Amino acid sequence: MSLSAKDKATVKGFWAKIAGKADDIGQDALSRMLVVYPQTKTYFAHWKDLSPGSAPVRKHGATVMGGVAEAVSKIDDLTSGLLNLSELHAFQLRVDPANFKILSHNILVVLATMFPNDFTPEVHVSMDKFLSALALALAEKYR
Amino acid sequence: MVEWSDSERKTIASVWGKIKVDKIGPQTLARVLIVYPWTQRYFGSFGNLSSASAVLANLKVANHGKTVLNALDKAVKNLDGIKATYSELSQLHCNTLNVDPDNFRLLADCLTIVVATSFRSEFNPAVQATWQKFLSVVVAALSSRYH
Repeated sequence: MSLSAKDKATVKGFWAKIAGKADDIGQDALSRMLVVYPQTKTYFAHWKDLSPGSAPVRKHGATVMGGVAEAVSKIDDLTSGLLNLSELHAFQLRVDPANFKILSHNILVVLATMFPNDFTPEVHVSMDKFLSALALALAEKYR
Repeated sequence: MVEWSDSERKTIASVWGKIKVDKIGPQTLARVLIVYPWTQRYFGSFGNLSSASAVLANLKVANHGKTVLNALDKAVKNLDGIKATYSELSQLHCNTLNVDPDNFRLLADCLTIVVATSFRSEFNPAVQATWQKFLSVVVAALSSRYH
């Protein structure tokens, strides 16, 4: 399920509209993930406060969306473009890749709440494919 | 046996009460067919599904979306007996419709996203958690008679 030219154009076009709110999106998506899928909290036992909108959640949400922004800019070759991030996740963070799907879902939910008119079915499918491709690139170095 | 807190029961009733089935049903099924196009395999008799706009304009899709979403009402009204409520529907989907039960999960995800577009910030993390818990029970019930 690779990204077509249309998918890439759709993702870039939508990203241009939402990039300004990237930090809010990241914070909200992460907050939802921690509440809706409590097992994900196991990766953040070192944080003082895991509640929605807390300082560590805000900061990390911004970090995550920075990664997404990088992926948008490297959309033509995610595997090589995200090599460093893949190594980070594979060797240091060792996040179970099943969680990439969970976070992706929550990003989509946030996009739906924040951009209901722009997040059309066509944008939805391209973004879903993009986040799946991103997750795959992130898992590249796992084994 | 699934346990529902008073707060969860309230949330589910409240969300369901505000869902306009005639609007949300069609949008949800259309999204499933567009975002996960392989699901079109079950709808060979529905006519033109060849593009997103065709799916969105398709009356059979719209009507079937209403049918599917209306069926959630039984679960909302019977939170303590969802598995029994959907026993027959589960058998139907397995034996007659031959639907891969993974599709229930895909529909649930699309429904959550459509509800999110409709409810926006009101669909906060706590509401989302309860709503997704409810849908996961529905999905499990619909899968329960598969063999």
